[in-house]
Amino acid sequence: MTEQRVSYTLDSTLETVDNAEQTASRIAAEAGFDEDSVMQIAMAVREAAVNAVLHGNAYDPGKKVKVDFENTGRDLVITIRDQGKGLDLAKLPDPLAAENLLKTSGRGIFLIRSFMDEVEISPSQTGTEIKLVKHVHGEAAGGKEASQ
Amino acid sequence: MSMKCSTRQVDGVTIVDCSGRITLGEGSITLRDTVRDLLAKGQKKILLNLADVNYIDSSGIGELVSAFTTVRNQGGDLKLLNLTKKVHDLLQITKLYTVFDVKDEEAAGVRAFS
Repeated sequence: MTEQRVSYTLDSTLETVDNAEQTASRIAAEAGFDEDSVMQIAMAVREAAVNAVLHGNAYDPGKKVKVDFENTGRDLVITIRDQGKGLDLAKLPDPLAAENLLKTSGRGIFLIRSFMDEVEISPSQTGTEIKLVKHVHGEAAGGKEASQ
Repeated sequence: MSMKCSTRQVDGVTIVDCSGRITLGEGSITLRDTVRDLLAKGQKKILLNLADVNYIDSSGIGELVSAFTTVRNQGGDLKLLNLTKKVHDLLQITKLYTVFDVKDEEAAGVRAFS
């Protein structure tokens, strides 16, 4: 298995969200994940990128989103970092609570946690870093070097 | 791939055939505008056909909830038709499957409004 790491620095735009999702989908497929897992990884990355662009950087053109993909051979590790004010984890509502079911937002982090094996969220005053880990099960192939 | 909605009338029910992705941005806006236009025209019985919607993100889920509550608040009803497995699974894990009235056959969906 070829270990690989690739990093992107992206603008705070909706295109970044789409790019991050598409890149995640490609890298996950190359890492040997099945179709359902690829979809889950891509969706988790999309949700994390949405948080970074919207809630973190608030579309500020002066702020960037950094996305790292690392295939360790055992895991696919994706780190997404924004330059916002830092997510307040204590204020995250439980989207499954009866009083929140009909809310129109607040499900992104929940979906990320549902789809990934490990999730670490590290907020700070200079931004939020979210680390997503999906274990590579079975026989996974080391993919080609990603580029952009 | 962008989102597309087209509407048709069956026995007083407006069926909205959606295709593409309901995601943050264009997809969510297309759905929002379609539902608002229908309500403005007094068409308050809405059956959202999601057979060709293969992807919804959390923003899209929020848009479905918003459409549902907006229609209900105006005295109408919005039901879902023909969920793909991916959308079905998403509504299950977010506990919204029991909130929406979900049908898998168009005639039954139309009858459910009467």
